[in-house]
Amino acid sequence: MSEMESRRAFLEKVASTVFAGMVLGGQPVKAGAEPVKVELPPRPPDGPILPELEYEDVLVRMQRDLERALKKGTTPKWVMVIDTRKCVGCHACTVSCAVENKLPPGVVYRSVIEEQIGKYPEVSWRFLPRPCMQCDNPPCVPVCPVGATWKRADGIVEIDYDACIGCRYCLVSCPYQARTFDFGESWTQDTPGQGQMPYEELPTFEWGEVHVRKEGVVPSSPVGNARKCSFCLHRLEHGLLPQCVTTCIGRATFFGDASDPESLVFQLIHQPNAMRLKEELGTEPRVYYLV
Amino acid sequence: MRAWGWILYGVLAAIGLAGFFLRFATGHQLAGYGSYVPWGLWVAAYIYFIGLSAGAFLLSALVYVFGVRRLEPIAPLALVVALASLLMALITIWFDLGHLERFYYVYLRPNFRSMMAWMVWLYTAYGLLLLSELYFALRRHLPRYADRRGVTGLLARLLTGGRKTPFTQEEIHRDEGILRVLGTIGVPLAIAFHGGVGALFGTVVAQDLWHSPIYPILFLTGALLSGGALMTAVYVFFWPRKDGQWKELSLLLGRVVLGLILFDLLLEWAEYSIPMWYGVGSEFKALWNTLFGPFWYVYWVFHILLGVVVPVLLLLWGVRGRLGAIGLASFLVAVTFLAIRLNLVIPSLVHPKLEGLVHAYHDHRLTFVYFPTWFEWSVVVFSVVLGFTVTYVLVRILPVIEGRLLKEVA
Ligand code: SF4
Ligand code: SF4
Repeated sequence: MSEMESRRAFLEKVASTVFAGMVLGGQPVKAGAEPVKVELPPRPPDGPILPELEYEDVLVRMQRDLERALKKGTTPKWVMVIDTRKCVGCHACTVSCAVENKLPPGVVYRSVIEEQIGKYPEVSWRFLPRPCMQCDNPPCVPVCPVGATWKRADGIVEIDYDACIGCRYCLVSCPYQARTFDFGESWTQDTPGQGQMPYEELPTFEWGEVHVRKEGVVPSSPVGNARKCSFCLHRLEHGLLPQCVTTCIGRATFFGDASDPESLVFQLIHQPNAMRLKEELGTEPRVYYLV
Repeated sequence: MRAWGWILYGVLAAIGLAGFFLRFATGHQLAGYGSYVPWGLWVAAYIYFIGLSAGAFLLSALVYVFGVRRLEPIAPLALVVALASLLMALITIWFDLGHLERFYYVYLRPNFRSMMAWMVWLYTAYGLLLLSELYFALRRHLPRYADRRGVTGLLARLLTGGRKTPFTQEEIHRDEGILRVLGTIGVPLAIAFHGGVGALFGTVVAQDLWHSPIYPILFLTGALLSGGALMTAVYVFFWPRKDGQWKELSLLLGRVVLGLILFDLLLEWAEYSIPMWYGVGSEFKALWNTLFGPFWYVYWVFHILLGVVVPVLLLLWGVRGRLGAIGLASFLVAVTFLAIRLNLVIPSLVHPKLEGLVHAYHDHRLTFVYFPTWFEWSVVVFSVVLGFTVTYVLVRILPVIEGRLLKEVA
């Protein structure tokens, strides 16, 4: 008994440390610093002439873009760009998203599809992270019988968890299967121990609102709702990049305002190798892939 | 025989009540569907029940609107069955909601671009229409019961304002006129809402198998077939007086059912044969999976064998005067129609929209296999028991059959 208690206390401590780390990790990266000149190693007298190089982490650049977008006074046009050549398939974005939004089992916003090409030993892998595409022409929106989901001016397709009746019509209508239903399950369900862990009782801040999940005869939203990626709207509102962008170890995910020609994403989506999924359906996704 | 019927009813009621309580106690946790196959047995059962309702109603419209006098004896009963099936459908789909306490949002904040919002509004109109039709079809018989004690007497007094003098020929004539008007509104309404259920599926671009303009028509034919077959089975087996008229009408209904089976099959042929011919693409693959995948028996055994081949043979035999065969065939068609509905909802969903998604994140809610759980079946049983009970009670307390109560006719 006491062993169990001390274990729980220990886990609580760990959980709160982890949580504190998450909060700190959410501090905005100090933007404004100009690109740093890359220190080149001393050149051997007869070696090649190296160009002058400047290096800046794309996160810093995107943070600057984001601040500009939020300050400029007109509605930004949020887009995401995913460079499939840089994705290493580590699933860090999937996990950090689940942590950021406190996702229960069965609910996932950004899974990374893995595809094997060829057969061993002539084999390679391809990875395709799949968030909600925030379609400009979203098939999930007109089907909702109660208008609980809609397209915002900045391009994000929002869900009102307090209005959604949980009919799941939007789930069947999304060609990217980007929506999942919250069945009210929890990670500690059917495990030995004393009920839920603290991290399961934390609120989610999606859509800039505070929701504490709870199962019951009348479940507390978002249990019983359709859920999906929000481009981390709640973070954007506080000047933070989406969590998946900041945690991408391959620097393969980019985010920003496509109405700003100075922004990194603007430049990326105008490259000839930018493409979108299921273009033929006319959904006009806001997520671009570099191939 | 009767005792066995009640035992069966008791067992089913117990199963249904268990499902009912589990639904409230555990929400959706015991259901087998997930996020990639978001709709399951309940949605299939819902379109099945709603089809029965539309079919039964359209049968009654033949009498009230189109003046087919031969069908007159079963018209009020058809209204009762339509009402009970509507209730079954609504309760089933209500259980399917993630937030059942918010169902009225569809009235408060409807989005009329959504086929689903249209459905709910049309059902409401249709439900009210059914009730008033039933009222005008039955009230002429009520004064006779005004002196009775019990529910029947109470209802009789309540619905006719305590009147005891029988309705005059003139008044009856006026009620028939009202019925004709109501039925005339009801026919396009029934076509709109059930064709609309077809559109609810047909408009979903993401689901290749559903996305077909034939769906509204297919749904309507299905409704006529399943509803007509159900009424035929009920009439043949349970009609209290088996006289010459009963025999004649049973034969007629048998022929109607036979024709509808064949017509429905023709539409299905149109729907299936084209993707099968081109042989590539996701529509073809999903269809192939329906016919020859792991659940091939739903199509071949429940639909084709028990829902088409056996009933057609029985009906061919039955229309020569074997009424039992007609009843059995109709019963088979009505019951196995659920297989058609399952094959309509599930196969498109179990076909992945993005290859490889299933391996991207592992969870039992994120798979492309679906099989209804016992819990889901028990909830459907609840709806069926409820529908049966409502029908039975109405037939007992109201003069539904030939203007008299069940026990008076029997
Ligand atoms: S990806 Fe799916 S959920 Fe997201 S906006 Fe498009 S249709 Fe809607
Ligand atoms: S599940 Fe919710 S958001 Fe989706 S269509 Fe139904 S009510 Fe609308």
